[in-house]
Amino acid sequence: MSNKVFARPRALTDVATHYCPGCQHGIVHRLVAEVIDELDIQRKTIGVVPVGCSVLADQYFNVDCQQAAHGRAPAVATGIKRVHPDKVVFTYQGDGDIAAIGTAEIVHAAARGEKITTIFVNNAIYGMTGGQMAPTTLANQITATTPKGRQEDSAGSPIQLSEMLATLRGAKYIERVSVNSPAQMAKAKAAIKKAFETQLSGAGFAMVEVLATCPTNWGKTPVEATRWLNENMLPQFPLGVYKNANEV
Amino acid sequence: MLEKVLMKGNEAIGEAAIAAGCRYYFGYPITPQSELIEYMAKRLPEVGGMFLQAESEVAAINMVYGAAGAGARVMTSSSSPGVSLKQEGISYIAAGELPCVIVNIMRGGPGLGGIQPGQADYFQATKGGGHGDYHCIVIAPNSVQEMADLTALAFNLADRYRNPVMILGDGALGQMMEPVNFDSCKAMLTDKPWATTGMGTRDKPNSINTLQLQPEKLEEVNVHLQAKYALLQTQETRSEAIWTDDAELLVVAYGISSRIALSAVKRARDQGMKVGLFRPITLWPFPKSELADAVKMASAVLVVELSSGQMIEDVNLAIRCSKQVYFQGRTGGMMMKSSDIYDQILQIIAPQGGN
Repeated sequence: MSNKVFARPRALTDVATHYCPGCQHGIVHRLVAEVIDELDIQRKTIGVVPVGCSVLADQYFNVDCQQAAHGRAPAVATGIKRVHPDKVVFTYQGDGDIAAIGTAEIVHAAARGEKITTIFVNNAIYGMTGGQMAPTTLANQITATTPKGRQEDSAGSPIQLSEMLATLRGAKYIERVSVNSPAQMAKAKAAIKKAFETQLSGAGFAMVEVLATCPTNWGKTPVEATRWLNENMLPQFPLGVYKNANEV
Repeated sequence: MLEKVLMKGNEAIGEAAIAAGCRYYFGYPITPQSELIEYMAKRLPEVGGMFLQAESEVAAINMVYGAAGAGARVMTSSSSPGVSLKQEGISYIAAGELPCVIVNIMRGGPGLGGIQPGQADYFQATKGGGHGDYHCIVIAPNSVQEMADLTALAFNLADRYRNPVMILGDGALGQMMEPVNFDSCKAMLTDKPWATTGMGTRDKPNSINTLQLQPEKLEEVNVHLQAKYALLQTQETRSEAIWTDDAELLVVAYGISSRIALSAVKRARDQGMKVGLFRPITLWPFPKSELADAVKMASAVLVVELSSGQMIEDVNLAIRCSKQVYFQGRTGGMMMKSSDIYDQILQIIAPQGGN
């Protein structure tokens, strides 16, 4: 008799995703779903998905979902959570969504201490539209709209959202992780779990920033992409806990 | 509350919303609607509701999207420049078929404009405003009592048709005080099995989603929306007709302009002139057939608006340009006097300078 040791989380639907080969969204989806399963909150969770590569994530998460306008997920989540304070509400957002067009919404959701959980996937590029500059694009990084590399004197410098939001009293748990190795994935999952537990405890706003690869738009193989992330993104976006107000 | 109380129009909208079961409000301060956001801040906690001042109009309308999608009766309010900022969210709300009430207490524009009353957002309100083929139901009260009654109607229509409803008032109606009661403001609640409330005991998750990457699917969505709008056009037009049966000149006005116009029409009637007033109460769906009926006996139409002429286009379409249509408008927050309208009535009816 055999024991099943690995299966699809209940909080994921049984469909093939549209993500590119080597894209790490699938890993992040799975970690979020595993946490939802472990906390046994699938039937009381409402997800808010963004505009960007994860715009179709409502088809992948096996929970109630709303799809928000570009950048507005934290405002939409606020509306849901205020109506259903006993439910669990999370947003899943990319770097362009959360740190460019939706900067105001995430800053103020955090400032209000909105009792929501935000999963922020930072891959330093606009994936869905084909590889343009993101607010987190590194200095001198070449993208479709920075063909000579991002020039800081005209195109600005990367936004470190975790560091920014950690300054706000309403933000109770902020951590930056990567999913570049099995060990990092385990750490990322633990962080995501803490971010959901922060919401469940009623403490306030929580966010996990996940550094992720985009092999397609970085023009690299998946293996090259993980190396590029380690060598280039980690110095700009150091991993670690930026806020743990309640020591969850 | 059987007795009438003296209230500002803005406050009457707030109290009527609560009477109609609204318990969630998201907004941002702007003159001349600030009495409404302040009223909700004070009143909603008293009835177990939730008030939130958003960081922007953009955030406020998206909070409304979230709350409406989660099954709540929810409202936001603003004035012209703020309503422009909400247009993205309104397009998504219409596409997601989410019921909510949006109040626009119009002021003079364009740009930052001024803070005095205007009616120049008619095009924005009735023709879409945001991107895509959609309509809000647009309701135009002309008294504080109607601001109450039509607010309750707005919530009930929003739920029945799963459509955003806009109450299009103006700074005069919002600020002026009149006696009002809330006897007719009743909540007609509907089930919302589509709402994202957490799966609970449901087998499958609910999703509120406005993305359709397959053009065939997106066309189906649009066909469905257009069928709803066609139904609204046949079922939900509202208007008021005063002395239109024998009117040779039909004055057409809505909102505060209709109050000024009525004074002029009454004076003309006192002088024996066959003048009537037609007042659209729903600006979308526009009461086309009602207006076409009212205009049958008339030889001319006078449209009065606090704009450079916006509703006049719908008037011409409704009567298929079958009559001579005149216009009187003021802009920038300036109001016409009833004597201005009366003088124009005289000119139209007695163009040869007769009595």
